[in-house]
Amino acid sequence: MRPLSSPPILKRPRSYYIGAAAFLAILFGLVAALYVATMQVDYVWRWNRIPQYFVYKHKIELRAEADGEVETVDARGDRHLITLKGDEGPQIIETPAEGVRVSPGDSVYAGDILAVEEHWKPGLLMQGLWLTIKVSIIATLFGVVIGLFAGIARVSKNPAARWSALTYVELIRGSPLLVQIFIWYFVLGTLFNSILAKNGLDQIPPLWYGVAAMATFAGAYVAEIVRAGIQSIHRGQNEAARSLGMSYPQAMIHVILPQAIRRILPPLAGEFISLIKDSSLLGIIAIRELTKATREIVTVSLQAFEMWFICALLYLILTFSLSMCVKYLERRIVV
Amino acid sequence: MIDVRNLSKTFWLPQRVDALEDVSLSIAAGEVVVVIGPSGSGKSTLLRCLNRLETADSGHVFIDGVDVLDPKTNINRVRAEVGMVFQSFNLFPHKKVLDNITLAQRVVRRRSREEALQKAEYLLSKVGIREKAGAYPDQLSGGQQQRVAIARALAMDPKVMLFDEPTSALDPEMIGEVLEVMKTLAREGMTMVCVTHEMGFAREVADRVVFMDGGAIVETGTPEHFFVNPDHERTKLFLSQILK
Repeated sequence: MRPLSSPPILKRPRSYYIGAAAFLAILFGLVAALYVATMQVDYVWRWNRIPQYFVYKHKIELRAEADGEVETVDARGDRHLITLKGDEGPQIIETPAEGVRVSPGDSVYAGDILAVEEHWKPGLLMQGLWLTIKVSIIATLFGVVIGLFAGIARVSKNPAARWSALTYVELIRGSPLLVQIFIWYFVLGTLFNSILAKNGLDQIPPLWYGVAAMATFAGAYVAEIVRAGIQSIHRGQNEAARSLGMSYPQAMIHVILPQAIRRILPPLAGEFISLIKDSSLLGIIAIRELTKATREIVTVSLQAFEMWFICALLYLILTFSLSMCVKYLERRIVV
Repeated sequence: MIDVRNLSKTFWLPQRVDALEDVSLSIAAGEVVVVIGPSGSGKSTLLRCLNRLETADSGHVFIDGVDVLDPKTNINRVRAEVGMVFQSFNLFPHKKVLDNITLAQRVVRRRSREEALQKAEYLLSKVGIREKAGAYPDQLSGGQQQRVAIARALAMDPKVMLFDEPTSALDPEMIGEVLEVMKTLAREGMTMVCVTHEMGFAREVADRVVFMDGGAIVETGTPEHFFVNPDHERTKLFLSQILK
């Protein structure tokens, strides 16, 4: 027999290489077609203007408040302290060393620049991306809690619990998320905020209505995933637990749910990936998440082509890294 | 100890099956009763009615004077006193062997961790698999799993043990080790109700053999009576089939 120390070298058939080449050709062809098409409408690609929407240098100019004379410029570590002897009393300015534009003895007029401070600041895209992540995480957490309870209620023997959960799930799954967001913001939001205002309390900002809409939406789908997970556990497990004298909740907590959660995890992750994408709808109630931020930048910069590609790419990065994490988890749990 | 009175149960799905028809049976403390009969004769249903895993349509089951089928009865308290061993073991796959045995002790009996562990280790050595304490159920053979399941039930200090075809899912070479554990239990005076096809076990250990067919008890008697000269034709036929 042939020794099995090294695997046999598989020679791939010619059709494999032809297929791979065809794939690359299609990909290249599509990109080229897009480029040629944009040439036809004289679109000017300006990728170099994109980075400023991620981070930009924010400039603060520190000016003299009144006419006068620079008295001292003292070094304090890597900061400088400028003391100005003005006609209307002294003015002291603290600024980074490299930003100082005057030296002792200079006379200045009101409005003259004494120093320039520069800070890196996150651009609109980064802010939008962060808000998208934040909303998704909060909605996911609430969605899991809602879904867990609704899912357990779905398999309950008590009609009040079972029918409530069923109604909730069917209502949410049977209407578009966009409509639900409108209901949360324009109907429930108006009600809550009016009642709060009547009692002299602060208003709830739109962000939380958006989160509530996303969480209740995700909760309904999570409930169905949880129900399926619980029902997939063999009946004998429940019988064994109950025959030992455990109550229904005890059997649920110690025996059924720990096993169900392992099976639930992969479909749950899929649900959260769609939640991230669905959060793009929140822009319509003035929550400046990634899509809304992109739209605002497009309005200002008129660089629609670059910006929408970047926007899609950022969503792709979020969802792809999440699905990678889940693949890793799956491999660790389902052994 | 166990008193079954006029128990009836009908399954309607997928079609009408009268699983139990007016069954009455009484079992004394320390008695070992083996229930035999062809499949579909209602013996498993009878066993599962004893701790209300199955509810009967009419009739009563009394265990130590407590009406098991009464909805007002705290069934969890009854079940803690009635151990049950299943055909398919039903160990908790997400817990180690030791934790399988301590779980109900901690949750139901509210025993301390040390006490539960001590009990579990004692029972594991009793069923002869002390060394598997840290393993997960799916790392054990069928016979070992069933022995763990017996230990899990015994950990609750039950007054009665119910066995629902405990060896039917086992490979032949593993049946012996499980029966051995059950024989030890019987010798120690445990009240036992066993549904089984192991005629050797019935002959050797049973105080009484109950033969069921078509949802009713056809004949009941000592093993000698049963295997030597049973009264009913149906019993003779069944025994001739099963003993060949």
